Amino acid sequence: MLWTEEYRRGSDPFREIQHLRREMDRLFSGVTRFRASDFPPINIWTSGDDAIVTTEVPGLSPEEINISVVGDTLTLSGVRPGQEQEEDKTYHRRERGYGKFSRTVQLPFKVEAEKVDAKYNDGVLRITLPRAEEDKPKKILIKAE
Amino acid sequence: MAMEKQQAQSPVEAERTRNRRVFVPPVDIFEAKDTTVLIADMPGVCEKSVNITLEKDVLTITGTVEPEQHEGYSCVYSEYDVGDYQRAFSISDDVDKDKIKATVKNGVLRLTLPKAEPAKARKIPVRAE
Repeated sequence: MLWTEEYRRGSDPFREIQHLRREMDRLFSGVTRFRASDFPPINIWTSGDDAIVTTEVPGLSPEEINISVVGDTLTLSGVRPGQEQEEDKTYHRRERGYGKFSRTVQLPFKVEAEKVDAKYNDGVLRITLPRAEEDKPKKILIKAE
Repeated sequence: MAMEKQQAQSPVEAERTRNRRVFVPPVDIFEAKDTTVLIADMPGVCEKSVNITLEKDVLTITGTVEPEQHEGYSCVYSEYDVGDYQRAFSISDDVDKDKIKATVKNGVLRLTLPKAEPAKARKIPVRAE
């Protein structure tokens, strides 16, 4: 359902162990609350007619984020700028992530791709995805005889 | 650590009046020729909601973020929480405290801490007697 490719953290020898631990937690917890191991972390909100996906992608400008919608899947991708490589620069801490990211999420319903709206403010992206007309539940009227 | 936000162990000694989660923003700190630069990821903060204080060599960064609320929507899947940010660093004396500059762009705080004059490398001439 969710995956990420080539997303590097500064330097973390425990990354693999962390990843394994998280996978185990996922297997045994069975709840919908995940800890974000992938970048960017997302929250999904729904009403009957549309869904809102919010995600924290600090440090990118709106044009650097690619959003694509196909059917009921949403893909977010981009590149977080790496460290500015300059000479005579010594790093004391490198905790922020950088590199290429790509994430695909399955939404609870098919989306009207034409009407998707995305807003980016202060590092938080908010995407509103209206439910496709043909996917909406049909209301069946009951006639009294 | 992994991608997840880290919750502050003990944000401040005093209890906070806002009943809000507090996170430790991940930072990069590097030293260039004349400055030390601190970059912190604080998605959701703007220049008005971030606060930087310097007291007794302790630089404290705080950011307040309004929780996300969507009327008529229910949260069906969640990977991150929204909350305030706080982190403190002790700063050495060789920072020119009057010239600290801070900017916020796209949820990223950038602090420039220029080195104080005496801390800059100074060449000492050796004279022959």
